[in-house]
Order: sequence, then structure tokens, then C-alpha cells
Amino acid sequence: MNRIIKIILLDILKNKIVLAYTLILAVLSWSSFALEDNSAKGILTVLNVILFTVPLVSILFSTIYLYNSSEFIELLLSQPIKRKKIWLSLFFGLSLAMVLAFFIGAGIPLLVNSPDSVGVMMLIVGCLISIVFVALAFLSSIMTRDKAKGIGIAIMTWLYFALLFDGIVLFLLFQFSDYPIENAMVGITALSPIDLARIQILLHLDVSAMMGYTGAIFKDFFGTTVGLTVSFLLLCLWVAVPFFISLRKFNRKDL
Amino acid sequence: MKNFCYIACLFFAFQMMVAHTIHVGNPYPLKNIRKAIAQSKDGDTIIVHKGLYREGNIVINKKIVFWGQGYPVLDARKKGEVLSIKADSVVVKGFKIINSGFAALDDPCGIKVYNRSFVRILNNKLDNNFFGIYLQNCNNCEVKGNIIISHGTEEQLIGNGIHCWKSNNLQIIANTISGHRDGIYFEFVANSVIWRNISTKNIRYGLHFMFSNDDSYITNLFKNNGAGVAVMFSKSVKMINNTFEENWGDSAYGLLLKEIADGYIFNNKFIKNTSGIYMEGTSRMKVEKNDFISNGWGMKIQASCMENEILNNNFLKNTFDISTNGSLVLNTFNSNYWDKYEGYDLNKDGVGDVPYHPLSLFAVLTEKNTSTMLLYRSFMITLLDKSEKVLPSITPDNFVDKTPLMKSLPL
Repeated sequence: MNRIIKIILLDILKNKIVLAYTLILAVLSWSSFALEDNSAKGILTVLNVILFTVPLVSILFSTIYLYNSSEFIELLLSQPIKRKKIWLSLFFGLSLAMVLAFFIGAGIPLLVNSPDSVGVMMLIVGCLISIVFVALAFLSSIMTRDKAKGIGIAIMTWLYFALLFDGIVLFLLFQFSDYPIENAMVGITALSPIDLARIQILLHLDVSAMMGYTGAIFKDFFGTTVGLTVSFLLLCLWVAVPFFISLRKFNRKDL
Repeated sequence: MKNFCYIACLFFAFQMMVAHTIHVGNPYPLKNIRKAIAQSKDGDTIIVHKGLYREGNIVINKKIVFWGQGYPVLDARKKGEVLSIKADSVVVKGFKIINSGFAALDDPCGIKVYNRSFVRILNNKLDNNFFGIYLQNCNNCEVKGNIIISHGTEEQLIGNGIHCWKSNNLQIIANTISGHRDGIYFEFVANSVIWRNISTKNIRYGLHFMFSNDDSYITNLFKNNGAGVAVMFSKSVKMINNTFEENWGDSAYGLLLKEIADGYIFNNKFIKNTSGIYMEGTSRMKVEKNDFISNGWGMKIQASCMENEILNNNFLKNTFDISTNGSLVLNTFNSNYWDKYEGYDLNKDGVGDVPYHPLSLFAVLTEKNTSTMLLYRSFMITLLDKSEKVLPSITPDNFVDKTPLMKSLPL
């Protein structure tokens, strides 16, 4: 398994797209931290990167990579290796590449410029978000054999979580504003990995505003150790569930 | 001969004026403070030496200096008041005053001054009293350098640290107060100054003004109080160089202004409060050269405020700089620094060329529906905010700073 991961990592490195992604992240983060005398703007830039760029690049790159390496996968399948092992190594290789890219590109400037709980939290959350969207890419690429369709599904998935989901939540909030829906809303955020990530960072970044009435409800849940553990477990679930569905499909697929 | 007469007269007068010093406590024979006070005359000094004095309520009804050495402890054992001052010009200095009674009806205190003038309460330590120091109908009194601590848990079960009622010309200086209901409470107090106090961890307000005009509070620290500082129903209160820090909660404000007018808020720091300043029914206030840093809401200005002038302030790292509850704007914003300003300055005069609208769409949305806070910093919300900034439709368009600064003011 290690050997396959190594081959995949080397292949991704040769590809140079991930290198470019790392470089762009680094330039973006370093420059936004250097531009202002306080670190707040830099942190906001990295936050937007985590909530917007990281999911997009992770899901798109992984989906396209999986389609392009279909021949390589077929070659591997002809060898006496378990299917599960191949799929897992592919997943580990891609996740490792994306996490490394994020860590080197955005994580290091983050740790240098904001070495506190906010920085560490953003780093962990960013890595987790990378892996979640790699897992979603595995799901979308196994759904269909058609490359264009698969990439379409990936883009739709990203669009849904990055934009549409929040629109729906906003709509619900105003439709049901006469009811005590705060607790229900805490539950609804679990349905989107980006929202889970955002709220975890928000609780560290905007702690003063979060101490207000509604904020306090979220703080009571997400801010406690139990809430923190639960939301991290939920993020891990967002990795595990899509990946295992895709693994099941891959195991049964007639290639 | 004539000169000699004068000198003799003076000498005689001086003899009359010589005050006595009465020592109480080890190693002196007199052990009882009440007896010492009974023996004393106006102008005497009573020096109380180190020790524990459980004499219940002690009443000072003569113009004396009441001086503790080595912090002698006056313990009322939870019954009634500890020290009652019922004479002018009394000085109380260097005592440790503990365990007054706890009662809602007659408000027992550590030290209470009844209708007197020129009383000075200096360098005492008060611990576990219902009210700390209570000035009732007093003039020209000074409360300085006291450390007032209590351990209240509920608003109804504890009194105020320094409570002043219907007084004039007070000086409240360099006291440290914590664990009371209100740190310092002013009701019908005029022409007084509160200077260099530290008021922390009180259950309700760090400082509370009611119906008190023409006062100032300068260079105080208010941190971690249940609801910050409140100035209500008062006129001409000057608030200068104070720090309001970490007042967290739904109805907690760094500074709550309610029904006040003609005040001046200058050079204060508002750091990490849920709301830096909350204004309601406030008029003709000038808010100048303050720092608003890392607050949830920098300023909440309700639509009932008018003719307030907000100029030359720094707004840094706040979640929301300004928020309001209506569309009526009768206040002016001039030459503030907003770290969220994204305009440009072509002629390099340090003033942005594009007016800044400090009220964001999302601030209006959260004011209408607080749950939307959940979506803060979401990409979609940022998008909505940006489009609102370009074309204001929901936010009032006269909520504007026409001369935003490009660089923060060095305050």
C-alpha cells in the first residue's frame, strides 16, 4: 500500500498543478498578512481560502485526477492487489497531497503570524476540509463513468456547500423567525462541512459577538469540549461516509 | 508689653487647641474602641493598634481622626453596620472592615456616612460586607485608596461597593472594587469626580449613574462586569481615558447610555465587549478619539438618539462597527478610521475619497433576526454585503462617514 501511495504522490508532484496551488496559497497568505499592520485581515483572507478555494481545488483536482488515472487503476486491478487497498491508497495519496499543499501554502504563514488558538484551529479545520472534499470527489467520480458528468457533479457539490446551503439556511431562518429555532439550527449546520468549519473558526475569531444571546446558544454547544469533539467527529464523518460509499461502489463496480 | 500680650494670648489659644492622642489595643491599657470614642473630644486622634475588634456597630459622632495601624480588624459578625460616621470632618484610615450584616431593608454597610461633610475614608480594606462604603447626603467627602471586596452571587443578595446618594462634590479615587452588585453607584450626585478606580467582576455594573449631573469619571478600568458600565438619566457627564474591557453577555455593554445628554466621551478604550457603546434616547453627546477594538458591536446606536457627534475614533477588528434598529439617522459621523474601509485616496491628504457606510447589511439582518449570526462570514453573506455597499437598499444611505481616514489615529 505504501508503495502505491508513493507512486501516486510522485505522480501528483510531477503534475505540477498542486505545486502551483501551494504557491498561490502561499503568495495569497503571506501578502495578506504583510499588507496590514494587524493580523485580522490576513486571517480573514485565509478564512475565505479555507471556506472557498480549498474545497473547490480539492474536489475538482481529485475528481479529474481519478478520471485521468482510470487506466492506471485498471492496470493495478490486473495485479493481485485487493480493490480496497487500491482505492484506499488513492485516497491517502490525494488527501496527503492536498493537506500538504494547504499546510505549506497557508498553514505556515498562519502559524507564523497568528500563533494562537485561532491559528491552530484554522489549520486543523483547513486540513480536515481538504480531506472532506477529496472524499466527496471520490464519491462523485465513482457515480458515473462519463468524465464531463462526473466533473459536473463535483462542481455542483461544491456550489451547493459553498453557496446554496447558506442561502437555504438564511431562507429558513427568516421563514421560521417566530419560532425558537436556535437549537434546530445548530443541528442543521451539521449538514454542511463548510458550515461546521466556519462556526468553529467563528467561535474563536468573533468571540465577543458570539457572547450575545443567540451566539451564546451556539457557544454553549460548539464552544464546550463536548461540542468541539462532536463537531470534529461530524467533520470526520463527512470524510468517512462519502468515502465508504464510494469504496462499496468501487468494490462492486464492473470495470 | 503689647507684643508679649499677643504672644501670651496665642500661646493660650494654642494650649486650648492641643489635641490628644488616644491609643487602643496592645500594648496599651485601653482595649475597647467604643470607650475610646466616648473619652475623645473633637479634634482628637484615636490610634487603633493591630488586633481583632468584635464590638458590633461602632458609631463615630465626634470630629476625630480614626487611624488603624497594621490594619486592625473591625468585625460586625454579620450583625448590622460596622462603622457609622455621624460627625463632620472625620478621617477613617487603615482599617480592615469585615462581615457587615446582610439585610434588604436597612442596607447594612462596611462604612456609612450620614448627612455629613468633609469626611475622608482612606486606605481601608473592606471584605464581605453587604454594602461597602455608603455616602448618604454628604458633601465634599473623599473616598481614596480603599480595597472593597465581596463575594456576591446574585443581584438581590448583595449591595454596591461604593454607594453615593444625594451628595455633592465627592472625590472617589484609586479604589479597587470587586464582587459587589454595582462597583460604584451614583444616584442624585453632582459635581463629583471618579478617578483611577479599578472595578472588576461585579455582578451588575462596574459603574452606575442615575440622575447624577455634572460629574466626570477619568482613567478608570472596568473589566469583566456582568453588564459593563451604565450612565442613565444624567446630564453633562464626562467620560475620559477609561478602559472598558471584556464585558460579555447578551445585555452586557462596555458603556450603556440611556436617556442622557450633553456628555463628552473622550479617549476611552473599548476592548472585547459584546457591545462597545449602546446608546438609547441619547442626545448631544460628543464621542471623540476613542478606540473600539475587537468588540462584537463597536457601537449600537438606536434610532431614538439624536444630534450625537462621532468623530476621530478608531474602529479596529470589530465584528460589526455600527448597528442600529431603525432607518432614522440624526447623528453625524466624521473623520473616523474604519478598518473595513476599502476606498482610495487619490490626492494623498489622508482622507478617503469615497464615503464609507459603516452599517453593513448583515448588521441590519442580525438586528432583525439574531439567529442569522450563525451565517456570519459565510461566503454568500459576504457577497450580499458587498452588493449592499455598492447600492444601499436596505441600510439607510445617510448613515455615512463622508471623510473616513486612511490610517488609524495614534491614540
